[in-house]
Amino acid sequence: MTEAVKTPHIPLEKQKLLTVNGDEAVAWAAKQSLVDVVAAYPITPQTIIVEKFSEFVANGEVHTEFVPVESEHSAMSACVGAAAAGARAFTATAANGLALMWEILYIAASLRLPIVLAVANRALSAPINIHCDHSDAMGMRDAGWVQLFVENVQEAYDTTIQAFKIAEDERVLLPVAVNLDGFFLSHTLENIHILPDEAVHEFLGGYRKVPKVKVDYFDEEVPLMLNPARPLSFGPLDLYDYYFEHKMHQVEAMKRVPEVVREVNEKWYELTGRKYGDGVLVPYEVEDADVIVTVLGSTGGTVRHIVKKLRREGKKVGMVRIRMFRPFPHKELAEILKNAKVVGVMDRAISFGSYGPSFLEINTALYDYKEKPLLVNYVYGLGGRDAPPELLEKMFHELLSDAEKGFVEKKLRFLGVRE
Amino acid sequence: MAQQTLPQIPIKKGEPAYKLWIFEPEWKGELPLILNPRQLAEQKRAAILPGHRLCAGCAAPIIVKLASFAFRGPTIVVNATGCLEVATTIFPYTSWAVPWIHNAFENAAATASGVESAIKAFKKTGRLPWDHVDVVVFGGDGGTFDIGLQSLSGAAERGHDFLYILYDNEAYMNTGIQRSGGTPKYAWTTTSPVGSVLPGKTQHKKPIADIMVAHRIPYVATATPAHWLDLMKKVRKGIEVNGPAFIHALSSCDRGWRHDTALAIEVSRRAVDTCYFPLWEWTPEKGYMLTDRSLSIARNPKLKQPIERFLEVQGRFKHLLRPENRHLLRDLQEWVDKVWEDLLNRAVNAPR
Amino acid sequence: MTELRGYKELPIGAVPFRLSTDYKTGDWRALRPVVDNNKCVKCMLCWIFCPDMAIIWDGEQIKVNYDYCKGCGICAHECPVKAIDMVPEPSE
Repeated sequence: MTEAVKTPHIPLEKQKLLTVNGDEAVAWAAKQSLVDVVAAYPITPQTIIVEKFSEFVANGEVHTEFVPVESEHSAMSACVGAAAAGARAFTATAANGLALMWEILYIAASLRLPIVLAVANRALSAPINIHCDHSDAMGMRDAGWVQLFVENVQEAYDTTIQAFKIAEDERVLLPVAVNLDGFFLSHTLENIHILPDEAVHEFLGGYRKVPKVKVDYFDEEVPLMLNPARPLSFGPLDLYDYYFEHKMHQVEAMKRVPEVVREVNEKWYELTGRKYGDGVLVPYEVEDADVIVTVLGSTGGTVRHIVKKLRREGKKVGMVRIRMFRPFPHKELAEILKNAKVVGVMDRAISFGSYGPSFLEINTALYDYKEKPLLVNYVYGLGGRDAPPELLEKMFHELLSDAEKGFVEKKLRFLGVRE
Repeated sequence: MAQQTLPQIPIKKGEPAYKLWIFEPEWKGELPLILNPRQLAEQKRAAILPGHRLCAGCAAPIIVKLASFAFRGPTIVVNATGCLEVATTIFPYTSWAVPWIHNAFENAAATASGVESAIKAFKKTGRLPWDHVDVVVFGGDGGTFDIGLQSLSGAAERGHDFLYILYDNEAYMNTGIQRSGGTPKYAWTTTSPVGSVLPGKTQHKKPIADIMVAHRIPYVATATPAHWLDLMKKVRKGIEVNGPAFIHALSSCDRGWRHDTALAIEVSRRAVDTCYFPLWEWTPEKGYMLTDRSLSIARNPKLKQPIERFLEVQGRFKHLLRPENRHLLRDLQEWVDKVWEDLLNRAVNAPR
Repeated sequence: MTELRGYKELPIGAVPFRLSTDYKTGDWRALRPVVDNNKCVKCMLCWIFCPDMAIIWDGEQIKVNYDYCKGCGICAHECPVKAIDMVPEPSE
């Protein structure tokens, strides 16, 4: 949810009102972010991002080199090459395209390249389906990327710009994926406010600046990039003697991500008057709630609507939207959930033979608490199946009744599927 | 130990044998293409450093070394996964005296697209401190004929300015000699073994350089390390053209070809002498042109040697020299002759 | 052998921090090239073809850097005047 501030540095009347869909909003954000290289391949529901960006290129509105690659694998590969050369690189994809990128996602993270990737979340084949779920994003959760999920078109714009700031922060230096729900956000028009170009440039500190590293064969620290003045080698062969140590770098970097995401969220708030919870989690009416529902992405809006309705009816319900899925905010989320009687965990994806991805995380988060809520996993919305308010209201009533009974019969529930 | 202080390029007389290539931001000009061997030894240092762990007698570092003598200035090297990549950058060591990146196996050309695009973006915004930064890719046959072909074709079609040098050792040597699209017919490999029914690989080598010609990129050539002057000249041309260039360099592998470690150059020479691997270059303006020894053979066909001369020093073909396999040998000879004949018909400088 | 470094001492991005010139491949060698500089005609072919950059031209004569020479024998095979002999390394 967008929380308004009274005096942002750039008041709302100085921000430009645009009526755009989520994909266009992301393209606008990338345009204003002084991106050097965009390498992308069309795939529904992401395509509008690259179409819109191509227009900016064709009209000379950006300095960006647009590389219309022959596959998503090459899109991410070109981004790795560009980012290693010191450029700010951006790409966008969805579903099967993200799956094709998978190999290179790990490489981008391991080489510590702050690439930003917009994912217009879509179901994975087969059967081929172009509509929204989160199974594509969940396939990359272990790749070493920061994963942010947005709720609306405004947030898609805001988060894409923030993503560059987070990725390039020297405490982080990891690639960031901005997830927006396919069609529900990618193709839905909303009125949004965008900043003047210069404000975005200033927020990001201009063009990308590369960090420095120390290697034995140079006396001084040198830029971590492909630099003919100070040659470094990227992507060596590690044996068992060093690979583990290099993975620890990623472990440590991930630990520093939440503070940076919070800081950036706060700075954005001061600049624009908009913030999204603390940047990591967006709780609503959780303080005295018996039943709390957790959710990712655009469904958050519908869940909030139901929470409001049930609160008016005197029901003690609340919700938390998980904005940052990787790194997962185990402790912070557990602190919010621990006093509830029942927590309903909504997942728009399933790990076949197990549960939904965020359900597993939340179990891990709560395990160490002596007093903890009952947990129910709701898998919903696969392949773009709608999650209308009535369905979500039914879910809350189930959870309220579980809370009353004090036990849960069926831990894994499928919402909105025909038997 | 390569020296720690930052050396100048070109190398001055009396400087250490190994050094990093340092192009300070104010560096201007173009490195000379030196073709005199004595001057080369006195003025050039390879972009690949010793201490790499390629097998004794491997041709790949010879190709890299010769190619680097033809680099014209600041250069970024992109490497596909393969022998060259793993053996030159075993952490914590690197053998690269120039900036170098390995991304994955199938994406060297796409990675180069990104590097080249970054250079363009920097240039456009006044952030490139040199006139040019060249991008040179090294990929093996697996990374080029097979798994990397889509990425290479895409990058060629998009017209990125880079030189792709295929070092073709005719099989997946890094994983232990498995057949590739670059393996010649009847060659033994560990996945095309010579058995009681099958005589090694049963398909011909993919005509990769002709496939690149079909893209009508500005420059395509073949080369071997034995014909080192020819190779250096071609590398410089490939770097100088605006747009994609491709050089198919034959790169013998003593482990996989089963020959003595001293024969890398000898066997490459024989590949050309038998017309198994003709030397040529192609440009959209002129078409096919024979070069070096292959031009001599075209002018004096008596110089052309039978295919046995290429096969006889290699264990991977030893079954072809057995009397019962004479028909296979004939088949291979006919194929070589046909391809050579086709080339003679296409080459604008072949005698008519 | 220097002690292996912990992750806090390694550069990020997994960039190698040493040059391979610190790694001596000379002990791979079974045969050692020995140059007869009286026979040598200074054609530089050995220098050009050496896969290990182990042939050194010092401005006057050809020398072998045995720190890196793996003993492949290409130099001896390609020498047009047979000025390089491959002699067995003494066994330990």
